[in-house]
Amino acid sequence: MHDIAIRTENLTRDFASVCAVNNITLEIPRGTIFGFLGPNGAGKTTTIRLLLGLLLPTSGSAQVLGYDTGTQADHIREQTGALLEHHGLYEQLSAYNNLDFYARIWHLSKSDREARIRELLIHLELWDRRKERIGIWSKGMKQKLAVARALLHRPSLVFLDEPTSGLDPVAAATLRDDIAALAAQEGGTVFLTTHNLSEAEKLCAQVGVIRDGRLLAVDSPARLRTTTGRPQVTVYGRGFTATVLEQLRVQEQIASVTLQNEHLVIDLRAPIDNAPLIRMLVNAGVDVEEVRKSQSSLEEVFLTLMEETNA
Amino acid sequence: MLNDILTVMRKELQELLAAHTSSKLGSVRVLIWIAVFGVLLPLQSGIEMISSPIQILMWCWFPLFIVSSVVTAAFASEREQHTLETLLASRLSDRAILFGKVMAVVVYGWGLTLLIIFASLVTFNIAFGNGQWFMYPALILWSGLLLSLLSALLASGIGILVSLRAPTARQAQQSVSLGIMLLFFILVFGVQALPVELQAHIYTVLAAGFNFGMLFAIGSVLVLLSAILLGLSLLRFQRHKLILD
Repeated sequence: MHDIAIRTENLTRDFASVCAVNNITLEIPRGTIFGFLGPNGAGKTTTIRLLLGLLLPTSGSAQVLGYDTGTQADHIREQTGALLEHHGLYEQLSAYNNLDFYARIWHLSKSDREARIRELLIHLELWDRRKERIGIWSKGMKQKLAVARALLHRPSLVFLDEPTSGLDPVAAATLRDDIAALAAQEGGTVFLTTHNLSEAEKLCAQVGVIRDGRLLAVDSPARLRTTTGRPQVTVYGRGFTATVLEQLRVQEQIASVTLQNEHLVIDLRAPIDNAPLIRMLVNAGVDVEEVRKSQSSLEEVFLTLMEETNA
Repeated sequence: MLNDILTVMRKELQELLAAHTSSKLGSVRVLIWIAVFGVLLPLQSGIEMISSPIQILMWCWFPLFIVSSVVTAAFASEREQHTLETLLASRLSDRAILFGKVMAVVVYGWGLTLLIIFASLVTFNIAFGNGQWFMYPALILWSGLLLSLLSALLASGIGILVSLRAPTARQAQQSVSLGIMLLFFILVFGVQALPVELQAHIYTVLAAGFNFGMLFAIGSVLVLLSAILLGLSLLRFQRHKLILD
């Protein structure tokens, strides 16, 4: 039994002149939900394809569940589940028959098959509609069914490629809760790609940020916020004049100042004592009502990383 | 392996059945085939229907026609509907996927042909039996069963290979249909272009000279051609290439 679910070393994949995955070195421990973040075209889907052995790397190597993706891909596919870029469901077939087909592929016995399909469909509130052709279903329902299909055979590793993409906020939140609940219930490792940062923040114990095929950072969301993000001070009140803003901007420890509606967001270069800052504001004529200290959100961390690569 | 092939075959047949039942046109099409080839044609042909070896030609053409209408969906449709990648990401082996799809279209095409052979027999006996039950002569029956099966296999081999290469199901369907139509027209118009005496001579030679030896020879050629086509399909079936197609 390996403690590492996924290990890549300088994994690279080129398509003609484009380097879709560039020298990625990564280790994901078993039992974690790992979020792979990146904008469209960053290389997330290609990475999943490489990890499933559906594509061969141009250079470098990867081991998934202890198996080499180049030479032992059959073993990997035997022990993993996947919801890829598209849901991959057969629209002519019923929900039950879609799951039944994949349950047979994974050699579940008749009784296991029936019990497992029932369990998952009840959990996802799709049981009553199991006999319907899924062609008439909404995208959210299909995504739920595709998640069920990925988890059907209780794989030790599941790949979910943007599972909530294209869903409305309510359907996305529900599916997110379902994934979290199912992952907690089933154990196992989840490799989740997304460009939805709040989703990653809610679900993932560890995240990796990828852009143009290059891995920019890997850590827990909290540590990424601490190491890459900046501390912030938000001041609520009145009297934020242009002179006040200018006074703040010239301070060495302040990175940026933004006036948003009724409050002032101050990005700091490093954590500081707030008292002198507030004193300065009060002396400049600001009526301070409330002051809050915070860390950058994952979204801000992400944008910082993107800006750094642009630079 | 056999289990996996049967699983894929089962799914393919379910999809074919669903396609028939989801639209009125699908069910009507099958009924029209049976009405034309299993009822109308025997009524027109009379005794020739069960005694002439020429009849075997129709039984060989029919699975070609049916299989070619469904086989192109095998890979091209899966690619188009974005189900192929998920299937390739499963534990199924390349052979299980390929042979499962081949078996499904063969079972479908051959099954419908058997239904038509049976319908023809029933129609003939009702119309011309005069209270007696006539049966196909053994050579014609065995030839019909074997050669229709092998021509279904051949059509599936052609269709799968085309389907693996074609970017869309429509394009695959057009290529296969065009090929089958060309084959049909070359045969029909080729024979019609011959002098009438020669046509009669060929017909007599075929009718008199057709025996189990000839059946074995024709069968062997069809098996060989199908094996070559399926071998080529297997060579073409590489996950990392299919993913990028």
